[in-house]
Amino acid sequence: MQNEISLDALIAGDRAEFARLVDTYSSSIYRLGLRMLGNPQDAEDVLQNTFISALTHLQNFEGRSSVSTWLYRIAANEALMLIRKRKPEVDLAPDEDAESEENADGLKPRQIVDWSALPENELLAGEGKKILDGAINTLPETLRIVFLLRDVEGLSIKETADALNLTETNVKTRLLRARMFLREQLSGYYRERMIEEQK
Amino acid sequence: MNEHVHKNCEELLGSLSAYIDGDLKPELCLELEKHLAGCDDCRVVLNTTKRTIDLVHSPVEKPDLPEDVRERLFKRLNLDNYLASKSE
Repeated sequence: MQNEISLDALIAGDRAEFARLVDTYSSSIYRLGLRMLGNPQDAEDVLQNTFISALTHLQNFEGRSSVSTWLYRIAANEALMLIRKRKPEVDLAPDEDAESEENADGLKPRQIVDWSALPENELLAGEGKKILDGAINTLPETLRIVFLLRDVEGLSIKETADALNLTETNVKTRLLRARMFLREQLSGYYRERMIEEQK
Repeated sequence: MNEHVHKNCEELLGSLSAYIDGDLKPELCLELEKHLAGCDDCRVVLNTTKRTIDLVHSPVEKPDLPEDVRERLFKRLNLDNYLASKSE
């Protein structure tokens, strides 16, 4: 089992330890960049800028969060900055209405079809996973980054909130919206499949 | 379906995600479970949301970093000496 990254060694300028940090997190950060920006070149920019920034700011890292949360925070900022540059029309400011828990518009389920009992191989056969990936890519950026950190990379609600400088309540609200949106998209797909199978 | 009030569905929907994460206060959990017991639609929404998250986690593909991307990254960071010792 691999030893944990030593913060002391990193701060002391241990290059081998920094290389280990890069190898430990580069796949996840590259994936995050790919999902947020949608192309390999921009994902590579996010990846490189993240570790250059980490190297530059390592001395200021106070250890209030884990090294991984700190890295995801840098990566998320890099990704959002690049999105602002590439697509200035995208609104990355929090939508007050959407953040409100009372405002349930857009949350109301439209597809009520129970595909949950389909076996795993059936769910993954055909286009299911592709539909899901496509749906993730169409989530608004402010929801997508929350979903990717929490549900794809497996950060906790608190770590996601720390990485994105959001409150835990905001993270939960955005996560709910993202999950409900994806559920709708998948339900539409599996509904068609179930109808076809019955024919 | 006794005394089922559909108005509750929308109110309780906001708790669904936290419920799935095991992150809901016990009293809200009870309220939600009581509602779920009598509401087919909400049970479908709960089960399909759970399955959606399962699918996200299914290990179909978690591609590694392409080797050329890793190489350029290491060079950019002046870590050329450590390229051979992949430590992941």
